[in-house]
Amino acid sequence: MRNVRLIARLDIKGSNLIKGVHLEGLRVVGNPSEYALHYYEQGVDELLYMDCVASLYGRNHLGDIVRSAAENIFVPMTVGGGIRSVDDATQILRAGADKVAVNTAAVSNPQLISEIARRFGSQCMVLSVEAKQIAPMRWEVYTDNGRERTGLDVIDWVKRSVSMGAGEILLTSIDREGTRKGFDIDLVSAVTNEVSVPVIASGGMGMIEDCVTVARDGGADAVAMADILHYKRATFGDIRAHAKAAGLFVRDYE
Amino acid sequence: MSKPKITVIDYGVGNLLSVQRGFEYCGAEVYLTADQDAILSAERVVLPGVGAFANAMQALHERGLIPIIQKLSQKRTPLLGICLGMQLLLDESEEFGLTKGLGLIPGRVVPLPSSTCNGGPQKIPHIGWNRLVPAESRGNWASTLLNDIQHGEAAYFVHSFMAVPTDSVHCLADCYYGGHRIPAVIFRDRITGCQFHPEKSGEVGLKILRRFCAD
Repeated sequence: MRNVRLIARLDIKGSNLIKGVHLEGLRVVGNPSEYALHYYEQGVDELLYMDCVASLYGRNHLGDIVRSAAENIFVPMTVGGGIRSVDDATQILRAGADKVAVNTAAVSNPQLISEIARRFGSQCMVLSVEAKQIAPMRWEVYTDNGRERTGLDVIDWVKRSVSMGAGEILLTSIDREGTRKGFDIDLVSAVTNEVSVPVIASGGMGMIEDCVTVARDGGADAVAMADILHYKRATFGDIRAHAKAAGLFVRDYE
Repeated sequence: MSKPKITVIDYGVGNLLSVQRGFEYCGAEVYLTADQDAILSAERVVLPGVGAFANAMQALHERGLIPIIQKLSQKRTPLLGICLGMQLLLDESEEFGLTKGLGLIPGRVVPLPSSTCNGGPQKIPHIGWNRLVPAESRGNWASTLLNDIQHGEAAYFVHSFMAVPTDSVHCLADCYYGGHRIPAVIFRDRITGCQFHPEKSGEVGLKILRRFCAD
């Protein structure tokens, strides 16, 4: 039976929880602390905080948000957006994060992956990949929240990053993100077939069944969801019950 | 009634904030320290840890804490080892060559099986929520730190090595990974070790921390 983690993804801009489409057109949803606590109480397996504009403006408010979440939320938290150095990672881990997700800074300085992995362990170093399809079965890595092309091939990049110490891959499909069209199963399969570390599929969850499909057919180890939760189209209870009925192992939660 | 006092050994390995917040949430007063006298006279002690076994033993050695922790066992001070802190309780570890541990529970730390029971590939590290089941030598968890936990409730694991006691009488709970039984909670007298992170295991983990506060 495949074991799948259900992750709530909280995109942050300033002090607000926001949601976009294709990582753009950001709309304010509400107060991130209220949503995070609500998801914790519903039995979320992990929380993922991403500061959408941090790498653009070079600063973020995530420290405060994470620090306050750590007071009453006791599940793992991954935090990304604007982490450029081991010092940045140290700060965010001290605030209560368990793992850091790095995209833009890892592309411009791949050595950062090894440095974070050596200092805190691979399990702490999540490579965040923003992927956009450029040809059949080919995807390009983007940075700065889907704004900048890199010329890197997604498969080459994840393989290289894992060999440098990335312990987990957060794989976001820019094409599907915020569209409710379902996950890019080809993209997720292409990555899970090539690396041995856990892969979190992100971008496109439109209905509960999408979560089962990406785990079963795409081989995803974890599923990140935002829109479906923020706009209350489903609860974790609904998603868990459906995944269980489909034969996936998800955590029981009363 | 005074608050339970939890002393967390701060030896420069890993992030102690979550452990601290978890115990505070459970109503405890938490002290982070590497001071030998403070640890020796503590009411209840937590040994956390992430990273490599040898580094952690070296860090304890540099602070003169190895004999101190061993004395806690003689004093019957409740001691909880978490993740790497659980593995350190054993005699030795195979991680990067053989390294001596604290020797409080007989056994050895070995790599997780690299393939599943059926010979398939196994993802290492083991990351995620996994169900706790009674160890083969245990019928139930009454009067242990798992007293308030139902069989089959899940906890959050992140590890590449596992702590295997020599005598199965020291095994309290296991989980299954790739079809293999993996020790999840071990204990001996008033010493308990959790492979998973109770401070990251939601209400299940908080129940364990609360029980430790009342132990």
